[in-house]
Amino acid sequence: MNSPLAGIVKDGLWHQNVVFAQLLAMCPTMAVTTSGTNGLGMGLATTAVLVVSNVLVSAIRHTVSAQVRIPVFVVLIAGLVTIVDMAMNAWLHELYKVLGLFIALIVVNCAILGRAEAFAVKAGPLAAAVDGLAMGLGFTGALTLIGLVREFLGAGTLFAQASNLLGPSFAFLELRLPGYGGMLLMILPPGAFAVLGFLLAGKRLLERRAAARPAAEAAPAGSGCC
Amino acid sequence: MTLEQLRGRLGYQPLLLGAMALCASAALAWAADATRAAIAAAEARDLRASLAEVLPGGFADNDFLRDTIDLPRAGRTVTVYRARRNGRVEGAVFKVAERGYAADIQLLIGVDRDGRTLGVRVLKHAETPGLGDKIEVAKSAWIRAFDGRSLGDPPPGKWAVRKDGGDFDQFAGATITPRAVVRSVRGGLEFFAAHRAEILGEAS
Repeated sequence: MNSPLAGIVKDGLWHQNVVFAQLLAMCPTMAVTTSGTNGLGMGLATTAVLVVSNVLVSAIRHTVSAQVRIPVFVVLIAGLVTIVDMAMNAWLHELYKVLGLFIALIVVNCAILGRAEAFAVKAGPLAAAVDGLAMGLGFTGALTLIGLVREFLGAGTLFAQASNLLGPSFAFLELRLPGYGGMLLMILPPGAFAVLGFLLAGKRLLERRAAARPAAEAAPAGSGCC
Repeated sequence: MTLEQLRGRLGYQPLLLGAMALCASAALAWAADATRAAIAAAEARDLRASLAEVLPGGFADNDFLRDTIDLPRAGRTVTVYRARRNGRVEGAVFKVAERGYAADIQLLIGVDRDGRTLGVRVLKHAETPGLGDKIEVAKSAWIRAFDGRSLGDPPPGKWAVRKDGGDFDQFAGATITPRAVVRSVRGGLEFFAAHRAEILGEAS
């Protein structure tokens, strides 16, 4: 797992996670994560846009001069998102009714332009595609996790209305905690900040543990005394 | 890069940007063209489904999506869909909107020819999740309380939520939302009463 592509995947999913490490794309993260299903849908739509935009940016990286690259990328991403928006409205209409409001918001997701600038413009199409996929899936995972926590604490359900998004065969995902009154704060915007804060702290804690472990193992051998 | 070097390449930048914009526009035009028919069909299907929500099954035998009349209401145009049986207008469906807690609440109202509500459904709202969203039929049966009501039932003074001395329940923690819906439905019934002859297509 030491090839460059594996490194890109690890960065996207964990070390450079859009939400939990780069703290980018806070607007969709806060707005959409009222349920696990919404987070998942938004994450997947963003992933699709991110992969295509990364590949296109990478493909034209030698043609575009540094001075006009930002407006060129903005035009490209905005056009791409609009096409995705129209295609979903036409052929995935049920899903569009659930996510429609958020699709247009992908344009202003700074993670897309961020990846174009930070990665795709300097990399080949394959690496750019892998980066887009990994960053997108990392984003999807983060949004789904925040959504699930908020949904569970706020309404006592998990993956409510998942069958709208994924089809009737996924109805088994929908769980409900019987007799739970709910905690409205978690569904409202403050809940998003609170949950994100606790999850960020949790990630830091895990990383600190992981960093401390090799040090503890190395210490006795290195120092030589008790 | 120095300023002199940049000047030399000045023609390239706008050309590149223009070419990109042209490509993007062409792609968008193609996509809009390719999806137009499917989007229109999906929207018509949605409209038909929501109209069917507020009309009892088998109420109409005509294609009420195409049997419409446009009427003015407070400076805007309201499209009224007419449900006929054996050629006679038996009911009408139209949209009303009223400011709720967060934004406009859009409702669809079905009214029979005698001015009784056949059904009310929320089309669009931005009320607080967990409080105001009980106006959705998927979350609560509250909205069904309007079924069969008319301007005389309850009497005019009782067309309000209980807190205001009326006949309709409010929700715990949310008064503004149900108040807006009650006002909206009453407004819709008044609109129907004012235009009854035109909607039914009969001289009064």
